[in-house]
Amino acid sequence: MPALDLVANVVVSGLLTGLVYGLMALGLSVIFGVVRVVNFAHGEMMTIAMYAATVLFAAFHLDPFLAMLPIAAAFFVFGYALQSAFINPFITRPEHSQFMLLVAIAIILVNALLMIFGPDAHNVQVDYQLESFELGPVLVDKARLFAALAAIAAAAALFAFFRFSLTGKAIRACADNYLGAKVVGLNVKHLYSLTFGLGAVCVAIAGCAMVLLVDVTPPLGPSYTLLAFVIVIVGGLGSMGGALLGGVLIGVSEALAGLFIVPSAKSMFSFGLLILVLLLRPQGLLGRRT
Amino acid sequence: MSRASVSLAILAALLIALPAFAGNYALSVATLILYFAYTGQAWNVMMGFAGQLSLGHALYVGVGAYTAGGLFFHFGIGPWVGLWLAILVCVAMGLIIGFLAFRFGISGVYFALLTIAFAEFTRIAFDHFAWSGGPGGMFLRVAQRDAWDLANFRGPPLMYYYAMLALTALAFLICFLLLRSKAGYYWQAIRENEEAAQALGINSFRWKMLAVAISSAMTAVSGVFFAFYYNNLFPEQIFHISRSIEIILGPIIGGIGTLFGPVLGAAILTLLSNGITDALGALGWEIPGIKQVFYGFVLLAVVMFLPNGIWPPIARRLRL
Repeated sequence: MPALDLVANVVVSGLLTGLVYGLMALGLSVIFGVVRVVNFAHGEMMTIAMYAATVLFAAFHLDPFLAMLPIAAAFFVFGYALQSAFINPFITRPEHSQFMLLVAIAIILVNALLMIFGPDAHNVQVDYQLESFELGPVLVDKARLFAALAAIAAAAALFAFFRFSLTGKAIRACADNYLGAKVVGLNVKHLYSLTFGLGAVCVAIAGCAMVLLVDVTPPLGPSYTLLAFVIVIVGGLGSMGGALLGGVLIGVSEALAGLFIVPSAKSMFSFGLLILVLLLRPQGLLGRRT
Repeated sequence: MSRASVSLAILAALLIALPAFAGNYALSVATLILYFAYTGQAWNVMMGFAGQLSLGHALYVGVGAYTAGGLFFHFGIGPWVGLWLAILVCVAMGLIIGFLAFRFGISGVYFALLTIAFAEFTRIAFDHFAWSGGPGGMFLRVAQRDAWDLANFRGPPLMYYYAMLALTALAFLICFLLLRSKAGYYWQAIRENEEAAQALGINSFRWKMLAVAISSAMTAVSGVFFAFYYNNLFPEQIFHISRSIEIILGPIIGGIGTLFGPVLGAAILTLLSNGITDALGALGWEIPGIKQVFYGFVLLAVVMFLPNGIWPPIARRLRL
């Protein structure tokens, strides 16, 4: 039985990492909630953001937290363009067709990364990665705490946008009633593209934060895609709070599973949780039944 | 005879005669094409006929392979016994997954994600089973390459080619008969509109379960073939989601729900993949990942411009 302060440390670190996971999953959830398309290239986009952060760091010694701004802007444009050019024509196609489209995009993205960066791990090294705050028996890594705070800030900003801005309300209207939104004269295609852009921004910020915590390799992409699926299903596909809750749950449970059972079995736990949630509460913990 | 059966007979004759004028490399490519055609046909029963999108078919390939492979490896029991056990185990797993999903009303994207979850769960579980060799893999005694040992399914590439050809022909026949049976019509009704089908008195739960059972049984046989053809099994490879995707690319590219789509799709994708490798090799562009990037772009073009797959427009043109 591991000592209690060790467990506390593991839980805190899992919680903070989980918030970053949550932000990544939030992007997936927002895209699905509005556009009703499952982004199978989500984790691949996340690794692109991570590589972008390593490149900016290597070239200009730009701190990943500052690199968030240009990368997020670029991702917004990328997401908007991807939705306008490729996904919008697929909105009325059957699910397997949409799935194939995004799988093809994912294959291109992950292998383009492999071509450019090779199979070796890339990372960034900043001074505060080795520093930590001491809270009683718990040591909190500085980088992890900052990453989690950035994730919370981004999630709060997105939440406020959907709650208070006119555009955000219009996007929610599209999600609630596609036909109704068209009838009142909303440009649904434009709003869909905007939504995908915003989902990509979540991924960009999560990626910049995550690169401080783990090294990035191309195969990380597909595994993050799966991780994001697990999180949004557990939390509730389309629910914003659910994505963050799911992220924290998965982050903590993975950390604990790594402590109590074999670390390599930790994602088995996540998939087990996913199966249970799908069977017992398919709308997810915070999802609404449709 | 109709045009379709004449064309089919010519194709069958060509495939039977192929080893007479093909070398070992061409034969191995042909075997791979048939393997994907057969497995795609099996997946097509569930998705193309009954409309249930499974993204975890690698599960049945893997479990089938490990069941028959494990029996052979640990107890020396040949594949003719292992085959039936593999089918039994895979059908049981398929029925459990189907029962849970359909009983709880899970469909569409959620069903697809559930199948991924089961496959991934099993992949990681097999990484931790000592019986299956864990992540280090399981290695079957390598075949004698010259003698035909049918009892243990060991032999030259020619034997594997004919085995796969027979399986593909059998699957084609089964699917042909299924599509014209009561089950086939019920499935298509469920695929097009489940509520309407139920309103007409079709017990959609029962018929979807039948589709899962047939599909998983057929896929289990792919797994047994895989185990005895490649002789090595790694959870990371056999259960991985990219394997599930590989299985379903053929039918989707060829034409979902059609009989010949999975065969054509498998041929195009395998030849394309090999062609790209050869072309890039000739050009000296051997950068890791470049092949898959090309592959991705071709896939993208097909899904964008031929939404129903390659086969339906060809079939129309040939008036088949």
